[in-house]
Amino acid sequence: MTATPWKAPKLDAKLKIAIHDKMVLSRATEEMLIRMMRTGHGYFWIGGPGEEGFNVPLGLLTKKGHGPDYDYLHLHYRSSATILAMGSDPIDMLRQMRSTATDPYSKGRNFVNHFAIKPWNVVPVTPTIETQYATVIGTAHMQRRHGGDGLSYVTGGDAGSAEGDFWTCMNWSTRPDHELPVLILLTQNQFGISTPSSQTQNNRHLNERANGFGIRNACVDGNDPIASFHAIVEAMEYVRHERKPYCLQANVSRLYGHSSSSGANRYDEPDCIAPYEQRLIRENLMTQAEIQAVWDKHNAQLAEDLQKVIAEPMPGKEHVLQHVWHDGPAGN
Amino acid sequence: MANLAQAIRLALHYAEENLGVTDIFGEDVGAPLGGVFTATQGLKTAWNTPLDERGIIGMALGIAYAGGKPVAEIQFCDYIYNCIDLLKLCGNVTWSSAGEYHVPMVLMTPVGSGIHGSMYHSHSFESIATHIQGWKIVMPSNPKDAYGLLLSAIAEPNPVLFLAPKALMRQKGAELIPGEPADERTLHNLIDAPLGDRSDWQPNWPPVEDYRVPIGEAKIARAGTALTVVTYGRMLPVSVTAAETLAKEGIEVEVIDLRTIYPFDLPTVKASVEKTGRLLVINEDTEVTNFGEHIIRKVMDEAFYSLEVKPELLAGLDVPGVGLAWGYEQNSVPQQDDVLAAMRRLANERA
Repeated sequence: MTATPWKAPKLDAKLKIAIHDKMVLSRATEEMLIRMMRTGHGYFWIGGPGEEGFNVPLGLLTKKGHGPDYDYLHLHYRSSATILAMGSDPIDMLRQMRSTATDPYSKGRNFVNHFAIKPWNVVPVTPTIETQYATVIGTAHMQRRHGGDGLSYVTGGDAGSAEGDFWTCMNWSTRPDHELPVLILLTQNQFGISTPSSQTQNNRHLNERANGFGIRNACVDGNDPIASFHAIVEAMEYVRHERKPYCLQANVSRLYGHSSSSGANRYDEPDCIAPYEQRLIRENLMTQAEIQAVWDKHNAQLAEDLQKVIAEPMPGKEHVLQHVWHDGPAGN
Repeated sequence: MANLAQAIRLALHYAEENLGVTDIFGEDVGAPLGGVFTATQGLKTAWNTPLDERGIIGMALGIAYAGGKPVAEIQFCDYIYNCIDLLKLCGNVTWSSAGEYHVPMVLMTPVGSGIHGSMYHSHSFESIATHIQGWKIVMPSNPKDAYGLLLSAIAEPNPVLFLAPKALMRQKGAELIPGEPADERTLHNLIDAPLGDRSDWQPNWPPVEDYRVPIGEAKIARAGTALTVVTYGRMLPVSVTAAETLAKEGIEVEVIDLRTIYPFDLPTVKASVEKTGRLLVINEDTEVTNFGEHIIRKVMDEAFYSLEVKPELLAGLDVPGVGLAWGYEQNSVPQQDDVLAAMRRLANERA
């Protein structure tokens, strides 16, 4: 069975409102995760509040499914909005935050925002921040051979792109006659943990590093979901049809710092949601009351989800040796 | 008889045709060279990569994620160290994702000394490898086992590290691989690329058959009652030779070819120690936190009261490398005389 060819949806009023809904859901979820960390319902928080303006359009534009006809996602740990935009249930993120045995992504073994969703080609997220650039060439290699319009995309930041695997990705995806359908995404929040990127790299735009490999590239304001949507569509259309790599940088905010290691306090950086809400009001697509209702709906659901998750079982001795080995037939 | 490099090549050919191998790749793995030891000559899915070990491992893991069956190669294990975190990732994917993904990939790399390889073509890797959880680790000592272990590795749904003792690559076997022509010259003419221009050359594969050496199953290479020697890879033929010398002195040594280093065949080792009461583990790796120490510890746990004398490990000296001059290698990696002396001493030690 061949998958339906990908086609970018029309960015109409309905989709603009849906983008807002997912942005709010993502922010509310991340803020719930931070509250869980503060109130003893989880050990460590790391996530992506501030990247919703880029990551929600990315999730909505992903060709979602299993196998090489669909997009492979090699994400890093600030990709919650992408996963939620694709339709995941935020309660599963709460489960991973609390490290419950019911956590579907890692059974309580990994930090929050470390997804693994095979039905959607979301390969396991790791905290290495660089290995995803090395693995993305493998799925893209299989897609190049398979044909179709599926692509492999990889996300990272300015710190991750300082690692050698970033260069591996660009080199391997531009081998003569073996170019790979890789979309290289750089969410630039100006920091690597606590170190400002001004101290670590001299590029005005990280995406310009791709020029050395002849990779088409662009930079977009990741705090603008509409601009991001169009930039992602342009990039995806190129990769899907030309079967060559593309590097897209999105300038984003990091609203709660690196992680709970830096306190997870709110920083005074541009917030992508507020101006987008003003835009929706200006365009008469939503009222302030309707916007507030979206926040209230998601916050109420998350509060209900939390109570459910708190009552769920935690991993124990019986779980430790599970999944050390795969006992079934080979093949993902 | 096929040599070890030819056996690997035959196994990969069989696996391309019958076990779903999609990609065999690494530096110089594809045409025209077909591997620095010629182990990948003529294979239809073999291709050359950039000289980028991290890219090779990442490519393999990505292929496995996407439903393929990769066999990757790091040209010498001495160059694998910049990939440790990727090896860790390959080994933890199944556990960390709670079984959502698994990693059916094989990574081949030549190991050990014996070819005047100097600092970066002589090291062993099995001890470090056994600290990277989630991998199975095999090392053959002869061509037929290489064939059977590699097919088992390729059929395995978990990542397998296939360590090839480089000093044995040109060693011929004592047993035919099922389907292998009996005449060496015939095999050579069928599957060895000619020297010089080989752009029009194609192999003519013999009808080799399915033959597996199960992962986790050791073999008693030589039976005996005076001493148990546990070894693998290049040290196996060295140990058998020493055992044959001692047999002339009336000392019958049992030599176990571990074949799978992890998870290793403890029942076979334990049964042998219970019979002989003496244990000598021999390998080329450096002696500190050597995997042989783990073998000895497991024997202490499981068969302590069967031991008549203290168990011993004969391994490489704990020095930063194997030096090029023969005097370095001869005096830092166990040699034939060292093995013989250690076996004789332990077999004769008063209980």
